[in-house]
Amino acid sequence: MEGLEAESRRATAVGPRPLLTVEALTKVYPGGQRALDDVTLAVERPEVVAIIGSSGAGKSTLIRCINRLVEPTAGHIRLGELDLVGLSRRELRRARRRIGMIFQEFNLVERLTVMENVLSGRLGSVGFFASLVRRFPPQDITGAYGLLDRVGLAGYQDTRADALSGGQRQRVGIARALMQNPDLLLVDEPTASLDPKTARQIMRLIRELATERHRPALVNIHDVALAQAFSDRVIGLKSGQVVFDGPPTALTPAVLTDIYGEEDWSQTIRRSDDDEAPP
Amino acid sequence: METATAKRYPEVWRRRTPRETALGWLWTAAVAFAAAWSVSALDIEWAFFADAHVQAFDLASRMWPPRWSYLPVIVRPLIETIHIATLGTAIAVVLSVPLAFLAARNTTANELTWAIGRALLVASRSVNTVIWGLLFVAIFGPGPVAGIVAVAARSVGFLAKLVAEAIEEADRGPIEAVEATGAGTAQVYLVAILPQVMPILIGTTVYRWDINVRESSVLGFVGAGGIGLYLYASINQFAWQQVLVVLVAILVIVMASEALSAYVRARIS
Ligand SMILES: Nc1ncnc2c1ncn2[C@@H]1O[C@H](COP(=O)(O)OP(=O)(O)OP(=O)(O)O)[C@@H](O)[C@H]1O
Ligand SMILES: [Mg+2]
Repeated sequence: MEGLEAESRRATAVGPRPLLTVEALTKVYPGGQRALDDVTLAVERPEVVAIIGSSGAGKSTLIRCINRLVEPTAGHIRLGELDLVGLSRRELRRARRRIGMIFQEFNLVERLTVMENVLSGRLGSVGFFASLVRRFPPQDITGAYGLLDRVGLAGYQDTRADALSGGQRQRVGIARALMQNPDLLLVDEPTASLDPKTARQIMRLIRELATERHRPALVNIHDVALAQAFSDRVIGLKSGQVVFDGPPTALTPAVLTDIYGEEDWSQTIRRSDDDEAPP
Repeated sequence: METATAKRYPEVWRRRTPRETALGWLWTAAVAFAAAWSVSALDIEWAFFADAHVQAFDLASRMWPPRWSYLPVIVRPLIETIHIATLGTAIAVVLSVPLAFLAARNTTANELTWAIGRALLVASRSVNTVIWGLLFVAIFGPGPVAGIVAVAARSVGFLAKLVAEAIEEADRGPIEAVEATGAGTAQVYLVAILPQVMPILIGTTVYRWDINVRESSVLGFVGAGGIGLYLYASINQFAWQQVLVVLVAILVIVMASEALSAYVRARIS
């Protein structure tokens, strides 16, 4: 298949070091559910990679294995030179500081303010007492104000997270992840709890920020049209295996049938005359 | 008119099956039997019941009129009572937070630390404040210090139990998100869990303080400071008119603390 060929070309290409490599990653849950089955992929450019696949295909498992919120059963995950599998708790904490994560349910601490939530992205670099009294270095404070402005929440620093709308909460989630100044962004269904317009705005924001900062982003997403509109590359998962890896334009009805099963795909696939081209 | 194909629906519906009804009656009979048995086993002197209303009336007449001149004497011990309750509660709050993290399944380090946490919880809760008072009077000597420590000893388990339950029910999402930033375990507890249990912590603290004001008012009976000593002395001297003044004073501070506690709890969000 064309996608897999592109994949192998990538793996053998001479060029910049891959930013992220996943080798033969397998996850078997305690119940015996094989959620990931020998997944291999490489991200070697700061690109937005959309991961699509039906419910239960293993998208969340893949993303959560990378920062080891889920413990992989076998395989390797390399971030630059560092193999994340097999790190001690302490080393893992240090590695996690390099990986930002954005969640479907935003996962903000509801009773804390926007600023406290954003600054929690810097906890890895301050001590316990500093986090107790919420004392962060001046460059972190400046950075947090800058990010709030960038995600469109200037002036919201003292608002409590539970007073925000879904779209605003996700913006805080994005700012928190970027506060880590991460080498890699992991994004698990960022728009599934949002209305279509907000969903597009959030996807656009994630894409712009990844591009501005020259960082790769792995984005799980159910909406094929959104995936096509805002990604540079699409990976299709099915039953824990990579069944497609290629550019968004290569998503044909045949490919979608491969990923999701038989369906009339003509309405789903983006037409070239769509209003919004990827930036 | 009914045709052969029309569906017939039942005309009778009962909430319980006959078996459940029978079981219900059986339980009622069992409880009645247990109550009757307790009364007969207690060896109650029924003769005392016969003239109870006479005795009550007699006591009331000896209490009246209240000796208001006693009031200035008990102002200081009344304030001391509130201080005992407040300081005891404050110490309990500080100790209960780490204890709650130790006793909650999802934050304790291992089976052993969990068992230790639970044991401390049970030990604190199973001993009454007055009994703690007796113990601490033996250790610290009579006075408010023993009372403060007694209140703290009883309250720490009460607070920690409820906070530990709240920790176990805390939303996983924010915890995971803060873990994913590479924060240390203590930081995760501080930033992702503590804010989630804060309303419970504040609510139960204020509620416990209100209970402690009531309990502190009898700590004086065992020498652990506060108004209780004056109540005890007045009863021993059969100074019933003073007893009434003390009782009224206790009633007033208990009502005030209850109102304050209800107000604060209603305002937490
Ligand atoms: N904690 C778990 N314990 C056991 N099995 C799990 C667990 N989490 C996921 N699974 C199983 O692993 C498989 C992959 O799940 P995963 O959540 O990765 O799918 P997904 O592609 O993200 O689905 P969705 O689109 O619904 O989010 C599913 O069959 C699921 O039942
Ligand atoms: Mg998922």
